[in-house]
Amino acid sequence: MRVTLHVDGAELAAEIDRPGESLLSTLRDRLGLTGSKNACEQGECGSCTVLLDGAPVCACLVATAQCEGREVKTVVGAVPRPVRDAFVQCGAVQCGFCTPGLLVSVADLLERDPDPGDAAIREALAGNLCRCTGYEKIIDAVHTAAATLAGERP
Amino acid sequence: MPEPAKTPTPPPWAAGGVGRAPDGEAAERVPVAAPGGQPPTRGVPTGRVPGGGVGDSPIRPEAESKVNGAFDYASDLAFEGMLWGHTLRSPHPRALIRSIDTAAALALPGVAAVLTAADVPGKLHYGLIEADQPVLAPGEVNYQGEPVAVVAAETLDLARRAAELVDVAYEVLEPRCDAGEAVEAGEYFRYQPVRLGEPVTADAAVVIAREYEVGMQDQAPLGPESGVAVPTGDGGLVLHVATQWLHSDLEQIAPCLGLAPERIHLAMAGIGGAFGAREDLSVQVHMAMLALRTGRPVKMMYDRAESFLGHVHRHPARMRYEHGADQDGRLVYVKAHIVLDGGAYASTTEAVVGNAASLAVGPYKVGHVSIDAWGARTNNPPCGAMRGFGGVQTCFAYESQMDAIADALGLDPLEVRRRNALAQGDKLVNGQVVDAYDPTRAVDGQPFSPLRDLLDRFADIPVPPIPAGRDIVELPGGTGNTTHGEGVRRGVGYGVGLKNICYSEGFDDYSTARVRLELDGATGEPVAYIHTAAAEVGQGHWNLQTQIARTELGVERVVLLPNDTKAGSAGSSSASRQSYMTGGAVKAACEAVRDLWQGRDLDDGPIEATRVFRHRATKPMDPVTGQGDSHVQLALCVHRATVDVDVELGLVKVVDLTCVQDVGKALNPVALEGQIHGGSAQGLGLAVMEEIVTDGGRVRNASFTDYLIPTILDTPPMRLRIVENADPEAPYGLRGAGEPPTLSSTPAIVAAIRDATGLPLTRVPVRPEHLTVRRPS
Ligand code: FES
Ligand code: FES
Repeated sequence: MRVTLHVDGAELAAEIDRPGESLLSTLRDRLGLTGSKNACEQGECGSCTVLLDGAPVCACLVATAQCEGREVKTVVGAVPRPVRDAFVQCGAVQCGFCTPGLLVSVADLLERDPDPGDAAIREALAGNLCRCTGYEKIIDAVHTAAATLAGERP
Repeated sequence: MPEPAKTPTPPPWAAGGVGRAPDGEAAERVPVAAPGGQPPTRGVPTGRVPGGGVGDSPIRPEAESKVNGAFDYASDLAFEGMLWGHTLRSPHPRALIRSIDTAAALALPGVAAVLTAADVPGKLHYGLIEADQPVLAPGEVNYQGEPVAVVAAETLDLARRAAELVDVAYEVLEPRCDAGEAVEAGEYFRYQPVRLGEPVTADAAVVIAREYEVGMQDQAPLGPESGVAVPTGDGGLVLHVATQWLHSDLEQIAPCLGLAPERIHLAMAGIGGAFGAREDLSVQVHMAMLALRTGRPVKMMYDRAESFLGHVHRHPARMRYEHGADQDGRLVYVKAHIVLDGGAYASTTEAVVGNAASLAVGPYKVGHVSIDAWGARTNNPPCGAMRGFGGVQTCFAYESQMDAIADALGLDPLEVRRRNALAQGDKLVNGQVVDAYDPTRAVDGQPFSPLRDLLDRFADIPVPPIPAGRDIVELPGGTGNTTHGEGVRRGVGYGVGLKNICYSEGFDDYSTARVRLELDGATGEPVAYIHTAAAEVGQGHWNLQTQIARTELGVERVVLLPNDTKAGSAGSSSASRQSYMTGGAVKAACEAVRDLWQGRDLDDGPIEATRVFRHRATKPMDPVTGQGDSHVQLALCVHRATVDVDVELGLVKVVDLTCVQDVGKALNPVALEGQIHGGSAQGLGLAVMEEIVTDGGRVRNASFTDYLIPTILDTPPMRLRIVENADPEAPYGLRGAGEPPTLSSTPAIVAAIRDATGLPLTRVPVRPEHLTVRRPS
């Protein structure tokens, strides 16, 4: 079965031989797009978070077969520069394995809520596990990114 | 030799120019070498330190690649013509293997190899300290998840299906799962007593005797175990691995493959966290065997369930403590009986027992001690290194004891600790003198006490108030909407942790660095190249190396060469030792280069130096008395936890964690804070959530659905007070910082829950049922 996807702006086709193949597996193993990470394949860690037609999903829980013609944005295409910069500058990245998924979740949050408070940040990122940082600097980074993005808006 | 189809790590953009502090400050600092006043020419030292040196927080060299998806973790690697490997593991904690039939698996189209113990080319066992872990089970299995066979196939799916077709006839035996019974039966990896003076119960005004239990914690790094073995075509191999210690891997792998170590090249792949889980081998020998057999690159990658079975855990512990104190709360004696469950194979249990025994009393002064510590051999999952390494379990017990003494005497918990705090010149229970502080720091004629210093700093950090009109998300149970404040009680508690930094007990602990300074052919700027084998596990060690080079050489551009076994050993990224050890080696090599640079122009050619760095020698613990200067450096951390507990439902919300830690010298404040936050969160996990549950040796919760690690909702704001009491013997005065907060946050949180509930709570993790049963009304 052939599935066409729009990934980070490029139209890509994947040949799927298992009906249940996950979007994460297609991205990583078939298309070689390893930006999205696999840490559980159970929808528990958020490392694989991507935007599917603009909505954040765990790519490990979505069947590629359901994605025909749909738009997928990964860490490569979903994340505004100031969000990346904020993560880098605030020390929100240690081993970085959680980072691609977190960045996508943060991009989605700031799209919905340009100036989230701590409680809103915690709620929005509750599905993204990070084992390294204790989350403090991730919260700093979200505030920093929000401030920069606010400054950029006309 | 085939090159990876994608960029290997560390990235070539680990180059200079990224080393500026985010706000662009700190352009010039203290001169190091001093040809002051001379016009800076490009090939001679300028004597200036550019921004991004030691003490700054420059941006990590690999940060950009970690935020744009380009950083290659071990699980991201792919090679032309690559096969996938998979491991068949024992479903039984203990069994004999009567036969293995691989025919059906081999017959599956697309399967390239199925290997068992009979196919191991060299030695059948490996291990970090003692070679007792079978590469593949030879005739018997001793824990659930022990590797029995490995398969290579065209896809991972196919390899998994083939593994299911391997027919293993087991004769199931009764597993030994009780660590106490194992010790009774003489089944243990190490017994270490500590004896000091004569503990006599009658001499104490207060006697506190309690039993404590610590559950089995998992490191749960997010990056799964993974790697690729690539045959070189001449019988050798390149192994791309994510490991904490390349050279130790090589030493263990080569004999099992029957290859000379020179035939195997280990290249570091990107590491998705470690915390001790990457000390022992996982995929290394298996994928190498499959690659040698098939002549093709073989990749292995565990899924989460396999990861839980495929690496060692933190030792669960049962501890019986008796503390005797005088009327003023000063310790008279301590007795402790500590049983750690090492599981089926040795791993690092021996060293963990040494830490548990020598740190069993914590940073407190006591003249009479009788400690017995064992590391039992059972059929439970093997246990080994995890952040805190033998210091965590006893810390929970001794801190709980200190609180109980305070309670019994009506003392403030900080006061009882202050009265017993070790000071400069005092001895630990192993007889080692606390000496690594500035001797001029005496206070009121009293020797300086590093612990008292930390405890006193809480005076001006207030406990957060209970806000009026809280939102339910701030209450225990959160959006579960389980309470609107009724039944919720606040509690505050303290915990102190004492951790040894670097390898103890006479281990020859060293690291190696090669530094080369040359002019960039295009720009004519001096560039420092650093080559080490030190693992960047996320702690920021690569960044620190560049900072040291900028500070010592005064150059802006620093390039890190890939970590591999062509460099000398760096030792492990564990024991909070890498800043001290590889930091020390890079510093020494830079100093050597700097000396050679004086009076020389780089136009005349590059300057290079290699240095091996060792910390001061330590001694093994005496096998009978436990005495001996076994530790290199001691590091202290104190936590204050504030919790809200819904005492009706047993739900806990950690509201605040405040940490005061002595780091000697902050080399990179941002990375340091990140280490303290992360370590504190792992201690929180042990306090209230994290436990691998076993039943008859079988793991019951090998998934993130059932093994809970703290989410952002479980983790409170963390206030830090970083103290710099320099260690005159350590590079820049630093103290290892990654582990101590993992020790102290657990007892602080449990103390706070005790404060809220009035329950004794002698076991971690604390579960809801521990709080709702036997609750005093
Ligand atoms: S890999 Fe998809 S949620 Fe963990
Ligand atoms: S930075 Fe390592 S898991 Fe988040």
